Amino acid sequence: MSPEVKPDFLISPEGLRVDGRRPDEMRPIQLEVGVLKQADGSALIRQGKTYILAAVYGPRELHPRHLTLNDRAYLRCVYRMATFSVPDRKRPAPSRREREISMVISNALQPALFLEEFPRAVIDVFIQVIQADGGTRCAAINAASLALADAGIPMKTLVPAVAVGKADGQLLVDLGDEEDKYGQGDIPMAILPDTGEITLLQQDGSFTREELLEAIQLGINAMKYIHELQKDALKRAYAKRVSELDEDDDEDDDYEDDLETDLGESDLMEE
Amino acid sequence: MGDFSSEVISQIDRRFMLDLLAKNERVDGRAFDEYREIQIEMDVVPAKAEGSAIVRIGDTTVVAGVKVLTGEPYSDNPDEGVVMVTAEMPPIASPLFELGPPKEDAIELARVVDRGVRESETVDVKKLCIEKGKSVYMVFVDIYPLEYDGNLIDASSLAANAAMMTSRFPEMKLEGGELVQTGKELEVPIQNMAIECTVARIGKHLVLDPTLREEMVQDCRLTMAVDEKDNFTALQKGGGVGPLSIEDIDHAMGIALERTKDLRTLLKRTIKGTD
Repeated sequence: MSPEVKPDFLISPEGLRVDGRRPDEMRPIQLEVGVLKQADGSALIRQGKTYILAAVYGPRELHPRHLTLNDRAYLRCVYRMATFSVPDRKRPAPSRREREISMVISNALQPALFLEEFPRAVIDVFIQVIQADGGTRCAAINAASLALADAGIPMKTLVPAVAVGKADGQLLVDLGDEEDKYGQGDIPMAILPDTGEITLLQQDGSFTREELLEAIQLGINAMKYIHELQKDALKRAYAKRVSELDEDDDEDDDYEDDLETDLGESDLMEE
Repeated sequence: MGDFSSEVISQIDRRFMLDLLAKNERVDGRAFDEYREIQIEMDVVPAKAEGSAIVRIGDTTVVAGVKVLTGEPYSDNPDEGVVMVTAEMPPIASPLFELGPPKEDAIELARVVDRGVRESETVDVKKLCIEKGKSVYMVFVDIYPLEYDGNLIDASSLAANAAMMTSRFPEMKLEGGELVQTGKELEVPIQNMAIECTVARIGKHLVLDPTLREEMVQDCRLTMAVDEKDNFTALQKGGGVGPLSIEDIDHAMGIALERTKDLRTLLKRTIKGTD
């Protein structure tokens, strides 16, 4: 029941956006790795007011069995929104939108993973949107690829994602909720940063060919920046764990699993 | 949650726990009537939810959010609003939770927490009436566990209460058959908050706030909702088929009466801190 008011303009006369950003400016992004203890890997993202948790379980046995892939692991992404994450209460059952987004997230992440290492298994990626304020599928991909890395899943690269859109004829990077709702289009995308290959591309609204190409270029620049933030977040998480390990020998057991993937067992034996 | 009779139970772990309990010790060093460390974070979904909170009891974490909608009242209570609590057991929270529609244990969790709120008449539903027979506020409290290390019920009950305490929503009135905002803000009218407290029986011992490891070997659990006047407003025995004696129940009620006082103080102190 939060009141929603359509803003008078999306681009001010000074050329600024509703929240005061420049057209190519992203919202503040906070990334944190290893936030859920039960999961094999997890990450939190706050991108503006968007707030999402991602958890990875696996590789583990796949249920139901008929989904089994004989030559690789099944990457199962489940994107879910909390009922209270949007202005009108969302119905609790999974919607068609949530199912489609789950699928495109899985497709966006798969090219970065060595799924053939785990035939017949499942890698589960659970994504919970706590607060939605635009760009949730892209923020979800940013968090999910960190959670996969945190779980020690072999990866070629982290996958950054961003949405570029258009309002009042101007291309905008990292759309907020109002820009998405009242703007002239939205292009969510994800890339493999080392090769620049695009693994997620959707679009709604109306763009010319030139605008689309420019939008993708703007997106790639933004995603390269997000990729740096992702790497920083991962390094911070591991640095924290290593320092905790040094401080407190009693807690070895808790961290051994996580460290094996990073340092190899030989480093742990020396203690 | 809590009933793991269909899981592979480690008899060795049960033996080990029973030996410890016989020496008056718990696996994590707590007293039998002691909660794990509790943290409450209010208003975690400020931009979209009317109220919200994250509650951590040890390594169990739940987030609760409140949405207030308007709707028609039920015909048998035309001047009363509606309060509904729902909960899920999403697979993000534990390797033990599976995808798919809610199973028995998730339904039990939702219903037990809902009953705690409903039976105590925590919310004065008469004050949620906009116009008798036509329009009322409907308060939805939805709970999502994020990390499961035992005792989801108490964490969910605390989170539901905390989320309702932080809720603010626009006042509406009927004008020519249309709902319009008056410009004023309302709070959820809380009149008698009940808090749920869960005790597990392991062998002949009763322990408060069981961890997952304790739930795995428990015989059963008893959840008690205690209101502001120290009345019990809801009970639920679950988490296994083991029986309880009257002495067990009396002992458990004693623990619940003491500890819910602490929880109430903690809630009030947290809400003061955020105001």
